[in-house]
Amino acid sequence: MIEAKNIDFYYGDFHALKNISMRMETNTVTAFIGPSGCGKSTFLRLFNRMNDLIPATRLTGECLIDGQNIYDRSVNVDELRKNVGMVFQKPNPFPKSIFENVAYGLRVNGVRDKKFIREKVEESLIGAALWDEVKDKLKKSAYELSGGQQQRLCIARALAVSPSVLLMDEPASALDPISTSKIEELIHSLKDRYTIVIVTHNMQQAARVSDKTGFFMLGELIEFNDTKKIFLNPDKIETQNYITGRFG
Amino acid sequence: MKHTEQELALIRDAVSQMWGLVLSQLEKAKQAYLNNDAELAREVCSREKRVDSFELKIDSDCENYIALFSPVAVDLRLVLSLIKICGTLERIADFADGIARHVITGDCEQPTDTLKEELQIASMFDTVISMLSESFVALESENTRLTGKILAQDATIDAIYRNAIHVLADYIQQDPKRAVCALQTLLVLRKIERMGDHCSNIVEEIVFYIDAKILKHRRNQE
Repeated sequence: MIEAKNIDFYYGDFHALKNISMRMETNTVTAFIGPSGCGKSTFLRLFNRMNDLIPATRLTGECLIDGQNIYDRSVNVDELRKNVGMVFQKPNPFPKSIFENVAYGLRVNGVRDKKFIREKVEESLIGAALWDEVKDKLKKSAYELSGGQQQRLCIARALAVSPSVLLMDEPASALDPISTSKIEELIHSLKDRYTIVIVTHNMQQAARVSDKTGFFMLGELIEFNDTKKIFLNPDKIETQNYITGRFG
Repeated sequence: MKHTEQELALIRDAVSQMWGLVLSQLEKAKQAYLNNDAELAREVCSREKRVDSFELKIDSDCENYIALFSPVAVDLRLVLSLIKICGTLERIADFADGIARHVITGDCEQPTDTLKEELQIASMFDTVISMLSESFVALESENTRLTGKILAQDATIDAIYRNAIHVLADYIQQDPKRAVCALQTLLVLRKIERMGDHCSNIVEEIVFYIDAKILKHRRNQE
């Protein structure tokens, strides 16, 4: 389970997230929606401490994964990022073969057993619904794959190190409708094994893939509820105005 | 099958179950009326709530489907059709319930076998049941070639109903004291006739879903 407790986050003087609390259950898909600059990506990136890399940022509150505050001094950030995988808007495969892309995380973590690596690569590619398309060209460069295939390769790369959480920041926004559909199906099939949090500008995508949806605006979490409730009968007028396109 | 298709398949499955239940209600209402079987009629009335529950569930599922999956083209037509079909099935079940209540109330002598035969009540029931079951086959097999035959049966029911009005008028004339019971019989016949109209509406929705053609009101003009 992922839990945020009274999160405030600052980029220098800019107050980007304002007193956000929410709980995301294990093996569910949670979507964050909201206009650009509302803080949804900033909030997502807190959960694998990606914002640590940005200078002059400040966080107050607690981010808990399975009861452990991930900003506790005792937490090893590398271990955290193994457990909390991240998929970005633009596919970012390494300039290596398809096989080596997926094996990379295992090798970096000191795994040397070739049979184990082979099995894990196959399992991860199957999990990312890419195996059938690449099983005969594992040694080819990852750059030879289409954009949609590259994005699924990045998901396979994240899966290879056996995370329990997958963060996805606009994972399909650079893809065509067919690739988008494959990613959405993949998200749906992965939720049995992973807790998934996705940021998306595409409201229909949030509706299609998620169990819960959070609507952010100006750094505040306006509403967080079951996706069915958000898209059929939201509690807040701001949510209604946004999802019906009346916002602004 | 994609998960959006699975969601749609679940709604279709619920509609199929509701359809089966309504057909069973109609069959039992027929048996209860023709055999003056109050016990069977009570069974029909007690199962009416299950039909209502199906309607509420399917309505809610369709609302969610539209809100979450923004269906277009054939998927949108299917969901819109299923909402209307499910409302119409519920109305048909209401009529079956009304006929069953008529049997339970039992404050009138049932028409004699001869009169029932002259009124062709059994035939009317059978034609409606046939329309409802054949329209289910048309939807399941997505075959609109069946629809012309189904719609033609509504004309048969209408003809039987119009003839029954004359038969009952003669019946009343022979003994005016029988007027109340004869009118109650006419009300039952009217319910069956309305069920035929509702079956035609279901067929129109099936054609809208499969062929994207609108038959509504056009048949009346023709």
